[in-house]
Amino acid sequence: MLKLAFKRILMTVPVMFLVALLVFSLLYLAPGDPAVVFAGDQATPEQIEMTRQRMGLDQPFVQRFGTWLLNLAQGDLGTSLISNVPVAKLIGQRLEPTLSLTLLTLVWSALVAIPLAILAAWKRGSLIDRGVMLLGVAGFSIPIFVLAYILSYVFALELRWLPVQGYKPLSDGLWPWFRSLIMPAAALGAGYVALISRIGRTALVEIMQQDYIRTAKSKGANPRIVLFRHALKNAAVPISTVIGLGVGLLIGGAVVTETVFALPGVGRLTADAILRRDYPVIQGVVLLFSFSYMLINLAVDLLYPIFDPRIRY
Amino acid sequence: MMRRRQFLKGTVGALGAMAALGVSAAGAQDKKVLKFVPQADLAVIDPHGTPAYVTRNHAMMVYDTLWGVDSANVPQPQMVESAETSGDGLTWTVTLRDGLMFHDDTPVRGADVAASLKRWMAKDGFGKALADVLTDLSAPDDKTVVFSLSKPFPLLPDLLGKTASYSTGIMPERLAVTDPNTPVAEIVGSGPYRYVAEERIPGSLNVYEKFEGYVPRSEPADNIAGGKVAHFDRVEWYTIPDPATAAAALQTGEVDWWEQPTPDLIPIFEGTDVDVKVKDRSGNLGLLRMNFLQPPFDNAAIREVVLKAVNQTNFMLAAVGDNEELWSVPQGIFNPASALASTEGLETFVEEKDYEALKQELVDAGYKGETIVLMSTTDYPAIQAFGEVAADMMRKIGMNVDLQVQDWATMASRMKNKGDIASGGYHAFGNFSAGAGAMNTMAHTFLRSGATAFDGWPDIPEIEDLRMAWLSAETTEEQAEIGRKIQEIALKQVPFVPLGLFYFPTAYKANLEGILETLPVFWNVDRV
Repeated sequence: MLKLAFKRILMTVPVMFLVALLVFSLLYLAPGDPAVVFAGDQATPEQIEMTRQRMGLDQPFVQRFGTWLLNLAQGDLGTSLISNVPVAKLIGQRLEPTLSLTLLTLVWSALVAIPLAILAAWKRGSLIDRGVMLLGVAGFSIPIFVLAYILSYVFALELRWLPVQGYKPLSDGLWPWFRSLIMPAAALGAGYVALISRIGRTALVEIMQQDYIRTAKSKGANPRIVLFRHALKNAAVPISTVIGLGVGLLIGGAVVTETVFALPGVGRLTADAILRRDYPVIQGVVLLFSFSYMLINLAVDLLYPIFDPRIRY
Repeated sequence: MMRRRQFLKGTVGALGAMAALGVSAAGAQDKKVLKFVPQADLAVIDPHGTPAYVTRNHAMMVYDTLWGVDSANVPQPQMVESAETSGDGLTWTVTLRDGLMFHDDTPVRGADVAASLKRWMAKDGFGKALADVLTDLSAPDDKTVVFSLSKPFPLLPDLLGKTASYSTGIMPERLAVTDPNTPVAEIVGSGPYRYVAEERIPGSLNVYEKFEGYVPRSEPADNIAGGKVAHFDRVEWYTIPDPATAAAALQTGEVDWWEQPTPDLIPIFEGTDVDVKVKDRSGNLGLLRMNFLQPPFDNAAIREVVLKAVNQTNFMLAAVGDNEELWSVPQGIFNPASALASTEGLETFVEEKDYEALKQELVDAGYKGETIVLMSTTDYPAIQAFGEVAADMMRKIGMNVDLQVQDWATMASRMKNKGDIASGGYHAFGNFSAGAGAMNTMAHTFLRSGATAFDGWPDIPEIEDLRMAWLSAETTEEQAEIGRKIQEIALKQVPFVPLGLFYFPTAYKANLEGILETLPVFWNVDRV
């Protein structure tokens, strides 16, 4: 397994290079000039040109990309063109809120979605099953920002139970931290719950029709034992796969969630950087997101043998 | 192989480690704190880094100014104890007042002032006018700064006390010698609040603490003149990108003050403990800029027909809404509070329009049905509204309009494009200029012409001559006459079409008192 992990981590290098090249090219071709944004709309052409030179934007594509790659190889992600702060520091400052938000969302979504999937599969065709499916459709259909505003209106403005915005670090205490993330995690997780519960239900329903399940049932095994010991264990592989793949949803959703709830996370950093054409920051966060996504899916792959001993690496 | 229990244990352990690794928060609990939501993210903290008004507001907290204009727009000494001009007007000798200290606990010296002004003049449009006549700027001793000039510059106090960007940003000489296009390494001023750089989270949080070493003037605070008495120990600027979230945060008391609530959200504050008032009456001048380099707008007669079609009320209603306290028409080339402002010829902007007659005038002026590329952006609702109303108006007078809406970064870059339409150029765009920038000929970006012209590149030598003449005007009557003449020419040559003056109200908790009638400044404000 260690060999596989090592091999897969090595494989991330060319993938990351391609991602870097793609992002760099897209940004190079995108309209908009960070020098103009930085210098302000009243700057003279000379001031803009000087700003462009200081930012190194007057250099050709290959030179810029080469310099960036070289610096990257030395662990230097560059410096923000706008705030003049190192990208690594910017990301470091923003990592805790984003990690907290995504981990909390992942945990609560899995804790809610998996029982819902089991319930729906167990009571297949019943009102409960339809109710779960309806919730799934709603979770998929309601945009994150709409749900965020509804939650904000009810729990912050009307009931005053939760803060409207902002993030409290863990160092401020577990409850303030948790309280500041309840609404963002709820808004971000709705679609994720829908995804996991629907896929989980389908997987379970399919497994419940397998011969070995029928055999177990015909031998008089307790239906709960059949469901939890035989069916659920086998459904864990597709469920964990969808949890891993769904992290992409969370990353995309974090951009919106962090903007609506004013969380100082990496998602908001991304949105701000895109609006300002802050190339080094965009490149840094895209690399981070891509790397995280690959690592999470590697972790999911490594978990398969735990759920299904027939899988060996 | 990892077992499930081991995996769960590991996960819980990782969460615990995250808690343990958390960086301790700043001890702000026992301090008197004001929480503020600025109009935009404070991306640039160097006072000479950008003319963005959010940076100007930050600079006003951290950096003191030599003079400061009062509510009558008259410059009053601020860091200055006294100033004398020689009989021929070619030398200004400025003496600094006692007790001025930088936030690094070093005294403010004449050499610091001179070095800071040299850096500032390289960036500021009005400052460049001073640089053009400056033969020497020296500090014979720690308390004195001497301006030696080739021509009299009677407006020196106005220039050094203006509210418009850039702020003069008086900083220690060791920092002021930094190249003007390279950000300064430290934010050290001598104003009433010091910047807490270590707590900065770019894009999210900026923190200021009361500078105990600041000695305010004894006069009462008035605009940016008078005593700058800080009542809060700490001011925190929170960037909240979503207006609805900012509004909710103000309602729940998570923040005390939101600089610029969007017009659509203002009604929700009715009947709450939030006051919404216009504090900065210098407002913003809406404008339509036509590109002088692109046919058909290289033709003054066509530009004039477009100007005649403008009904400023329509633009203001679309941009700001029907609350007439938030806008004012008709407006001319200058801010109505300026000595240069004139009401001559402005009736056209509030008259009913005969679009059929204007359509004929347009044809007579030489318009041949060219497609007009009009740029607008969704990032600023006012500019978006200007674009939509302008497109509708131009179509009514028979123009073939292609309204191109984009994000601000794209539009700002395209505004610099002098090329033809095929190479990304444009014919016109809507925009607005801060009213403080429309107070005089030098700060007025959209009035610049010829070699120094801003995007759209008008070339009207008569206006350029009058712009420079204002620098030598010694009386308000002379200034008024210059302003009248500029407006007369502008209404014919159309460097830009004014679309009305509108104000951004500010929203704050009713328990705040002493917010000054000016840009957001944080002295004099207190919580009752």
